[in-house]
Amino acid sequence: MNLQMQNIGHSYEDLQVLDGIDLHIDEGQIVCIVGPSGCGKSTLLRLIGGLEVADSGTVLMDGEPPESCLNPLTYVFQDFALLPWRTVEKNISLVLEDHPLSPAARATIIDDVLRRTHLSEFKDVFPRQLSGGMKQRVAIARALAVKPAVMLMDEPLSALDSQTRELLMEDLVDLWGRERFTAVYVTHNLSEAVRLGHRIVVLSRRPGRICEVVDIDTPLDQRDTANPELAQKVKILWQLLHDEARAADRELANV
Amino acid sequence: MSEQPPSPASPPRPTPHPVPFRGGGFNPRPLGIVGPLVFVGLIGLWELGSQTGVIGALFLPAPSEAFAALNELFQSGFLWKHLSASLQRLAMGWSLGSLAGVLVGLSIGLFSLARAGLVPVVSALFPIPKIALLPLFIIWFGIGEGSKVATLFFGSFFPTVIATYGGVDAVDRGLIRMGQSFNLSWLSIVRKIVLPGALPAILSGCRISASIAIILLVAAEMIGAEFGVGAYILLAGNLMAMDQLIAGVVLLSSMGLIVAFLIGKAERRLLRWRR
Ligand SMILES: Nc1ncnc2c1ncn2[C@@H]1O[C@H](COP(=O)(O)OP(=O)(O)O)[C@@H](O)[C@H]1O
Ligand SMILES: [Mg+2]
Repeated sequence: MNLQMQNIGHSYEDLQVLDGIDLHIDEGQIVCIVGPSGCGKSTLLRLIGGLEVADSGTVLMDGEPPESCLNPLTYVFQDFALLPWRTVEKNISLVLEDHPLSPAARATIIDDVLRRTHLSEFKDVFPRQLSGGMKQRVAIARALAVKPAVMLMDEPLSALDSQTRELLMEDLVDLWGRERFTAVYVTHNLSEAVRLGHRIVVLSRRPGRICEVVDIDTPLDQRDTANPELAQKVKILWQLLHDEARAADRELANV
Repeated sequence: MSEQPPSPASPPRPTPHPVPFRGGGFNPRPLGIVGPLVFVGLIGLWELGSQTGVIGALFLPAPSEAFAALNELFQSGFLWKHLSASLQRLAMGWSLGSLAGVLVGLSIGLFSLARAGLVPVVSALFPIPKIALLPLFIIWFGIGEGSKVATLFFGSFFPTVIATYGGVDAVDRGLIRMGQSFNLSWLSIVRKIVLPGALPAILSGCRISASIAIILLVAAEMIGAEFGVGAYILLAGNLMAMDQLIAGVVLLSSMGLIVAFLIGKAERRLLRWRR
């Protein structure tokens, strides 16, 4: 299933946040969206997943999601959004309970996603006992449990320290290698974007407009930090973003 | 070395010494036996004062006399009569009031219409001392159990409403959004996200409403009841039987402690996830 955004614009009261976004998300690709903070990245992601309705323009689902898919557009949030009163297992079970699945089928799915995210031994643990990185792994496992057609990831690694971030990036690269999932991955971190994105979309400062789309052809599993081509891409992206970020930084908050 | 400013008589360098510790205090530790010790000590002093005549027998009876009165009450079989009358009223009024309070508080938290319509009413009725309405309740529900239970009901209803909708308002919107993003049904979101999220606030509301209910219980029983701890205390006061009065107060104190203990236990069980 592909996603098509057509001429999306959005405002909060008289604050225009997004303007004229046209974008295609192709199946099996990770599309990274980068931009200065406050430029509307999270807003765009909420519009894509149907948590808010755009003032203008539409988001189209092109093609049917696979038969087994329980929740085509599935989020991974920056703050994990795990229920603190449920164990790891029950947090994942939460998103399956509203579907007509037998308890055995549910248990199979839970065991499967826990195994794929290397969490099996943490089944009965409460979120507060887990490190940030493990919490985000649980959130990713929960997203995988509903077999999404597209994962919508809003700065999933931004709340983590840089070493944990590195580890999780490796896990995501592995996961993509095995499952070829489709994702829209919002981040403000250029090296994250360059490590994970097949396509990188650079937004301008608010109101967010697409100012550049950069494709990276290097396969994900060959993108180590020493790769000079990637360093070059980061440099280009930073040149694009530098002035926007500076201007955005000097803007007054109007909330 | 050459950069040191030339000082006329350079003072001798002090010998190296450890950095002094200044991070102590402001960290209360549990000291298990201190509480009971203070309690026993106070009662011992009081008994001593009464025995030696420092505390006059009419002014305040000795703890041993109050205990004797309590024992006498127990022997006569009236202890159970008073206690069961009080506990029944408390259980009925408080549990119904809290249950209704949780339901109304939830609907205020969830529905804009309920919020707009009910919050002003709740704010207007909450500060009224419910005991002032007892005469009205007597007209409405009769002089018997009805009026007393109604007093407790309304006494525990309003604090629970306020605690509950405060708790619902404080539930992390991000979690609700997560539920919506996974297509959970409205009922699932309320049952599995909103209610557990509001539970800590609801339970502390229960704590408050339970102590309000005990206060109202005594007051209501003092106004018109044959049996009940409040009636027992009132009668003792009228007869100037200070030992019985103290015995009644001890009963009230134990009731309060037991209720607090039970709620604490429920909190530890239901909020295990918090630690
Ligand atoms: N629900 C909202 N109501 C009003 N303003 C909002 C809301 N959500 C976001 N904004 C504003 O929209 C702008 C873009 O926000 P956001 O999409 O979160 O930016 P980003 O994720 O790129 O940092 C910000 O200025 C923010 O203050
Ligand atoms: Mg954001």
